[in-house]
Amino acid sequence: MTNSPEKQKPLVLVVDDYQDAREMYAEYLEFSGFRVAEAKNGQEALDKAFELVPDVILMDLSLPVMDGWEATRRLKGDARTKGIPVVALTGHALKGHTDDANEAGCDAYVTKPCLPDALVDQVKKMIARRDAAAAR
Amino acid sequence: MASPAPLPPAEADPGARLVLAEHLLACESAVACARAVVDWLARRHGAPAACVGPGEVAGASVCLASEGLTGAQQAALARAWDAPGSPLATFRTRPGARWLAADALEGAAMPGGFLAVPLGRPGATAAALLMVGLPGPAVPEDVAWVASSAGPHLARQLASDARAPRRPEPDRLLRRVINAVSDPVLLTDTDGTLLFANARAEGLLVAGPDASPGRMRAVELNQRLFRETLAQGGTSVHRREVPLVDPLEGMDLLFELVTTPVLAPDGPSVVVSVLRNLTDLGRATQALGESYRQLRATEREARSERHRLDRVLDSVADPIILTDPAGGMVMMNDPAERLFAWPQAQGAAGEGAADESTLRRVRTNIALFASFLANLLGPVNAGVSRWKSQLTLDDPATGSPVPMEAMANKVLGDGGELTGIVTVFHDRTEVLERARLLERVKEVSSELEARVQSATAELAEQNEKLRRQAIQLEQASAAKSQFLANMSHEFRTPLNAILGYTNMLLQGVSGEMTPPQRRNLTRIDSNGRHLLEVINEILDITRIEAGRMPLHLSDFGIPELLQEVMAEMDPIIARSKLTVETRLDEGLPGVWSDRQKVKQIVLNLLSNALKFTHEGGVHIAAEYQNATGTVAISVKDTGIGIDVSNQEKIFEDFQQVDSSPTRAYGGTGLGLSICRRLAAMLGGRVSLQSAPGQGSTFTLHFPRRARRT
Repeated sequence: MTNSPEKQKPLVLVVDDYQDAREMYAEYLEFSGFRVAEAKNGQEALDKAFELVPDVILMDLSLPVMDGWEATRRLKGDARTKGIPVVALTGHALKGHTDDANEAGCDAYVTKPCLPDALVDQVKKMIARRDAAAAR
Repeated sequence: MASPAPLPPAEADPGARLVLAEHLLACESAVACARAVVDWLARRHGAPAACVGPGEVAGASVCLASEGLTGAQQAALARAWDAPGSPLATFRTRPGARWLAADALEGAAMPGGFLAVPLGRPGATAAALLMVGLPGPAVPEDVAWVASSAGPHLARQLASDARAPRRPEPDRLLRRVINAVSDPVLLTDTDGTLLFANARAEGLLVAGPDASPGRMRAVELNQRLFRETLAQGGTSVHRREVPLVDPLEGMDLLFELVTTPVLAPDGPSVVVSVLRNLTDLGRATQALGESYRQLRATEREARSERHRLDRVLDSVADPIILTDPAGGMVMMNDPAERLFAWPQAQGAAGEGAADESTLRRVRTNIALFASFLANLLGPVNAGVSRWKSQLTLDDPATGSPVPMEAMANKVLGDGGELTGIVTVFHDRTEVLERARLLERVKEVSSELEARVQSATAELAEQNEKLRRQAIQLEQASAAKSQFLANMSHEFRTPLNAILGYTNMLLQGVSGEMTPPQRRNLTRIDSNGRHLLEVINEILDITRIEAGRMPLHLSDFGIPELLQEVMAEMDPIIARSKLTVETRLDEGLPGVWSDRQKVKQIVLNLLSNALKFTHEGGVHIAAEYQNATGTVAISVKDTGIGIDVSNQEKIFEDFQQVDSSPTRAYGGTGLGLSICRRLAAMLGGRVSLQSAPGQGSTFTLHFPRRARRT
C-alpha cells in the first residue's frame, strides 16, 4: 500500500481542533517514529484522508464544520478509506459518546486526557491488528 | 052494544112505549105501577081508564088507580070485579080470558061502555083488571101491549106488597141518602127490633132467606151483639164500642155505636144507631204508632249518623266548612272553629283587650273566607265547580299568620242544583317551612360547592405551580448536569495538554532534564493528576444523578477483582509503607453484578484507608453470607477513626470530618458519597464501624446476584 521503501514510516492523521493537543500528539508520534498529517475539522479530515490515505486516523469527536462522528461515518462509507482504522478521542466521558462512536464505525475509543505514550501504544496496536488482518 | 069490532091499528109509537116501560121498571109498588099504566092509556086514547086490584083487606078489591072516573064509579068497578058471577069476575075464575066488552057489564059503571083486560102472569089468574073507556069489541094494540108488558110486573108488585107488612117508610130520597152513607145506619124500635137498615148495615145485620149458613150464623151473632149493646145504654145518646164479625171475611171488626132516640111523628119512639168502624182506625192508629216509632228510630239514627259525621269531621286536622248556596256557614269542624267561630265567652274581666283582638282576627278571617267563596257564588260562577286559592289567615288566639290553601267544591243536588259548598283548608306552614329549609340547604350547598370549586381551583393552580416547579427543577437539574458535563470537558482539554506535555518532558522527548527540573515536573504531573481525579469524581456524581450511569452486569470472581485492585494500588501501597493484607473466604461464589462499580468502590475504600492511616496496616476481607445471599468486602484500617457524630456526615457530598481550608487531608470529599451511590445501584450498601483512635472498618455489602432496577 503506502509502505514504499522511501516511506516506510506509517502515516497517522491527527484530527483535533485544539491546536496544542494536536501538535502535542503530532510531536510525540513523530518522536515515536510515525509520519504525521494534521486536520482541524471533519471536512479537512475527509480531504486529507482521501488525499493521503493514512495508516491510522486519530479522530477527536467534537469538531467544528463537521464533527468526528459524521466524518468517521463518511470515511467508513467510502471504499478508499473504509479499511483505515479510526481511533476516537473525546473529552466527553458520558456514555452516549462511546455508543455513538462505535455506531459511527470507530475501531477504538480513547478518553481524554490521554497521555501521549498511551495514545502511541493504541496506534501501534491498531497497525498491528491491521497488518494481522492483511496477512491472513 | 054490538060485539066488539077490531080497533083500527093505532099508530105505533115506540118512544112512548119505551118511556112507559122504563117508568114501570122504576115503580116499586103496585099502586105506582097502576098509576103509570092508567095515566099512559088515558093520555093516549083520551078515554077514562082505571085499574082495579086487591086491597089491603083481604077479600075486598079497590081501585088502585083511575082517570076520568068518579069515586062511585071506581067503587062500582071494584065491587063488580069482586062480585061472584059478574062478567068481570070471570077473569078471576077463567084464566086466559082476554077481554070483555063493557056492554056486557050490568049496571053500567062507565057510560059508553068499556074494555076490560086482565093483568097478571100469562096463563095465571088475573091479579088485577085494567079497564079503558073505549068501545069494543076490538082491543086496540096499545091496550094489548100494555096488558102484556105491565101485567106481569103489576102482579109481582101486588105479590110483594102482600108479603111485606106495611110499615112506616122513610121517603125514598131520604132512604137513598142514608143508603149512601158509608157507615152502617140502623133504625130500630126501643127493643132493638130492626125497622130499617142501610146497605152497609144490611151487610152486617141482615141475611136473606137464601144466604149461606156461614153468613146466617155471623148475622145472628152480630144481631145478638148489637141488641145486647143497645140494651146496655138505655135510650139517651150514647157511645159505646161493639165488636162485630165481618160476615164475608170472618174478621173481627170493632165499631163505635152512637145511638140517638128519636120520637116518631106518629108516636112510637125509635132509635137511630150509627156504627162507626173503628177497626180501620185502630189499624191506622197502630200503623201511625209504628210509623212514629220508625220515624223516631230514623231520627235517632240520623242524629247518631250526624254525630258520627261531626266526630269524623272534627278528627280531621284540616279545617272544613260547609256553607249554604248563599255563602252562609252551615257547619264547621273543630279546627275550622278555631279560626272562624266567635270565641266562647271568656268570662274573665281582665281579658277584654285580648278578646277584642281575637274578635278582630276572626272577623278578618271570615271576611277573607267570604271573598274567597265569592269566586263560586252567584250566577256568574255557575259554571265553576271548584275553586282553589291561597289565603293567609290569622290565628285568632295568637295573631300569628297561618298560610292556608283553601279548596272549595260545590255540592250539587240530584237535579244539579247548588245545595252547598264544602271548603277544606290545608295548613301550608309546614310546606312553606320545608320549602324555606330546602332553599336554605340549596344555598348552603351551592355556597359549599362554590367553596369546593374555588378550593379545587386553588389546588389545581398549586398543582400546576408544583408541576411547573418540578419541570423547572428538572430543567435546572438537567442544566446543572449539562453544565458539569461541559465543564468537565472544558477542564479536560487543557488538562490533557498539561499532562501530555509533562509526560513528554518526563520521557525526555525534549532532551534530558536536571534532577530539580525533573522533581518539579513530577509535582506538576501529580497535581495535574489530582485535578483530573476531582474532575472525574464530579463527573461520576453528575452521571449518577442524571441517571446516565448504566449498570453493566456480568459474571466475575471476587479474588481476581481484588488482585487487580491491589495491583493498581501497588505504587501507593509501596509509598505508604503500610502492610496491606487480603483474606478471602473459602468457597466464595462467583457473583453477577457490575464489576467496574464493585472495583471502583473497593479502590476508593482502600485509597481512603491508606490516606488516613499512618501506622499499622490495612486488612481487606471478602466473605459470602449465605443467609442473605450477599457478598461483603470489608476494608479495615488502624487509622485515626471517626467519631460517631461524624459517621453519617462523611457520606455526604464534598464532606470530610475536617472540611476546613486548613485540613490535614486532601481529596474531594466525594469518594464516599460516590461509593454509597454506586452501592445503592448494585442493590447494596456501605456500612461503617469506627471510633476515634480505634481505626475504621468500611464494608461493602451487595447481593451476589444483582437485579436490574
